[in-house]
Amino acid sequence: MRQAASDLKAGRDELTELDRRIGDGDHGSNMDRGFTAVVAKLDDAGSPETVGQVLKLVATTLMSTVGGASGPLYGTAFLRASKVVDRATVDPACLVSLAEAATEGIVARGRAHVGEKTMIDAWQPAVEAAEQAAGSGDVLDVLRAAAEAAEAGAVATIPLVATKGRASYLGERSAGTEDPGARSTAMLLAAAVTAAEEVAG
Amino acid sequence: MSVALVLVSHSPRLADGLAELTAQMAPDVVVRCAAGDVDGGLGTSLDRVQEAVEAALARTDSVVVLADLGSAVLVVESVLELDPDLPPRVRMVSAPFVEGAVAAAVSAQQGADLDGVAAAAEDAARSIGPEPVYQVVEAAGTGSPPIAGTWAQGEVVPEPGAPSSGAADEVSATVEIRNALGLHARPAAVVARAAADLGVPVTIEGADATSVLALMSLGTTAGQRVTVTARGDGAQGAVALVSGLIEGGFGEA
Repeated sequence: MRQAASDLKAGRDELTELDRRIGDGDHGSNMDRGFTAVVAKLDDAGSPETVGQVLKLVATTLMSTVGGASGPLYGTAFLRASKVVDRATVDPACLVSLAEAATEGIVARGRAHVGEKTMIDAWQPAVEAAEQAAGSGDVLDVLRAAAEAAEAGAVATIPLVATKGRASYLGERSAGTEDPGARSTAMLLAAAVTAAEEVAG
Repeated sequence: MSVALVLVSHSPRLADGLAELTAQMAPDVVVRCAAGDVDGGLGTSLDRVQEAVEAALARTDSVVVLADLGSAVLVVESVLELDPDLPPRVRMVSAPFVEGAVAAAVSAQQGADLDGVAAAAEDAARSIGPEPVYQVVEAAGTGSPPIAGTWAQGEVVPEPGAPSSGAADEVSATVEIRNALGLHARPAAVVARAAADLGVPVTIEGADATSVLALMSLGTTAGQRVTVTARGDGAQGAVALVSGLIEGGFGEA
């Protein structure tokens, strides 16, 4: 989470620029504000016992602080994920179910599907890649596979015409710009890889 | 105890204006606004919605929530998902923000329960839908002149030839609209409240007199003559009361 906060702070201007082109230009500052608040909450929380508790704290903090549609969407993702892990560590299978629950939450809350130029276009391939990697690899392998797929998924939103969310108001003019939500999803998963690599040494 | 409303909007001024409108039409209904982002700018805030719902529940048993656009709906859904104790008592309706809030407020003022208020809000969509809300029906009864009346969609429209006029227990009176803007929001609400209290089915030009939106959709104008009709026990008094309200001009004439 701390890595995510740091990466999102670094990526703030990129997200804002993407959102300025096809949204309302606040996604960078919103995500930065949300994850800065998450770090503060984690500092106050001491050491939670389970991964689920951490994710729940992240969920409620993001819902309260991110604003826009991204707050409820990321918040719901972390909230649904928090319900499937009540232990202190995750294994590959657990990581997959966590990602599946998060993605299902975003789909349900956003009523969006793949190909509509939304963060789903990063989450869905990430989950599929994680499912495939879980059979043979360790947690780091699963995270890397998910992050790479999210990155590719985000880049693949560039030519798409948005049919969901605020960018859909632009119609054809939304093509040519990467979806800011898909980009921030890719940033989050990349941060998870960086953090896991540090832990693994 | 009655049902409260929570209005969730991106704009504090939009929500406040709508609350002002509902307060005029349904003065006893508790209405709380949750509008603007955490900094008070345009947007929505989960904390504000939670606070408004809690404040409303402190004064009533149940709450109907109306939300304006996109993320407002997502925020309300998130509030309901975070606290599983809320959903039985707090319901978000799929309704046009303004029409839904007005219909819900008047329904709550009339004493409807959570289901009733929610249904009133969701029915309000019909008043702005692509379908015409009212259809002119010609009652082709023999021996009496054709009656041009209007009925809300879904209402039972009298069969041609049915004794829609001149029935033994039917009372009607024709009165002139005196106020300049016709039966606009406030007078319509006054009539709807009075009609709901009567307990006798009353129509004005065929429109259900307890429905604010039906009355407003009549599009009446100053000087227009309208027929007030009621049936059954108390019909005479009901027609006299509603006719009196209209002739009184609602303090505007």
